[in-house]
Amino acid sequence: MAATAIAVVRLRGLLAVIMLSGIYSLISAALLTTLDAVDVAMTEAAVGAGITTVLLLGTLTLTGADEARPSRPHRRLLPLAVVMVTGAFLVYGTLDMPDFGAADAPIHRHVAPRYIHETATEVGVPNIVTAVLAGYRGYDTMGETTVVFTAALGVLLLLGVERPRRRRKRGDEGKDS
Amino acid sequence: MIVENLFNYWIVIVLMMTGFYTVVSRGNLIKKIVGLNIFQTSVFVLFISMGKIIGGTAPILVQGDTHGDVVYSNPLPSVLILTAIVVGVATTALGLALVVRIRELYGSVEEEEIHGMDEEEAL
Amino acid sequence: MKRNPIVREIGDFMLPAILMFALYVQFHGDYSPGGGFQAGVIFAAGIIVYSLIHGLERTQRILPPAAVRAGASIGLLVYAGVGFACLFLGGRFLDYNALLPHPEGPNNPHGQELGIFLVELGVGITVAAVMITIFYAFAGRRDDP
Repeated sequence: MAATAIAVVRLRGLLAVIMLSGIYSLISAALLTTLDAVDVAMTEAAVGAGITTVLLLGTLTLTGADEARPSRPHRRLLPLAVVMVTGAFLVYGTLDMPDFGAADAPIHRHVAPRYIHETATEVGVPNIVTAVLAGYRGYDTMGETTVVFTAALGVLLLLGVERPRRRRKRGDEGKDS
Repeated sequence: MIVENLFNYWIVIVLMMTGFYTVVSRGNLIKKIVGLNIFQTSVFVLFISMGKIIGGTAPILVQGDTHGDVVYSNPLPSVLILTAIVVGVATTALGLALVVRIRELYGSVEEEEIHGMDEEEAL
Repeated sequence: MKRNPIVREIGDFMLPAILMFALYVQFHGDYSPGGGFQAGVIFAAGIIVYSLIHGLERTQRILPPAAVRAGASIGLLVYAGVGFACLFLGGRFLDYNALLPHPEGPNNPHGQELGIFLVELGVGITVAAVMITIFYAFAGRRDDP
């Protein structure tokens, strides 16, 4: 995955960059499966390698450019420094974290055992993630569906519903008023 | 501060920083959005790896588990990340729609050229 | 793409499988990984594959953009509607225990299952409609000089 990410940074051909980002999503979906998050892996594979890649390719068709050569090469040093400092802070933050995969970490102690134990009697649905998403935390999922709807609204406002003028000779299908 | 226990987190932090670097340092707008996606995906992996229990299984109740012997990995990060993935694709779609409009308006998707055109107009 | 027989044949062959898989993931979200979001995205991906092979015009004849936009609103209304139905049937908002007649005790697993089923259906419809709408918006745009 690191090789893919570094290649995305370095390559200038945008088609290759988009394909690599799809590969990155797919590899991360496999990694998520080994981390026992199967719902997330399925969603990440479908969304990352499917929808995002299609939209990026659509944008590339409409803009059609490769990345330009950087005009001032020494401009790269400041972002690199910022990134290194941020990374150092994050690593410093992980030093306080419990070991990877420990069963007695605080995150597993409070609400999660209740969801795991009570799902069978209260909800009756074996998939705990669905039970939590649509049952225990259904209100948040409603908000999230609204966010998705808002994204569609935003894209429609930006890109419009009607075809450009020169298509009018084909009839009015697709034009909406 | 034992390295092999925290190693997973550090690798993911390296991935995150690569995505972050792409967003900050490259001028091409589409590449920035790809970098943002890489950043987001790495954050998801970091979050989920915090919820993993070694020896546990996926959080789907196993048939016939009457005594509560089966150890499940934490379902809560999965729930949060599902929402985050969908919000991420919404952000990407809106960002790409903006890039298309910028291209139509300015004729370019390079950040430096766009700034140059704005400064020319301001004069 | 229409002229390339291999792509067309494989695409036509895969498309029913993809759509059926989307429905499977939607309705088996209770027992295996899945649920509304995954199903909606997979359904939209199937429609996008069809559109890449047979062209945008034909896809828009089958799934007109206005109907897809209405579908996005309908999914969200289903979700909120389930919440309000729980309210009218005596419980709190989105309290699925009130959806079906109560057995003894405070929990009503059957009501919960019905509520989760309907809610995931609403989410799946909205997500599929939104993805297809966004794709139509991008693909329907032609290069202006």
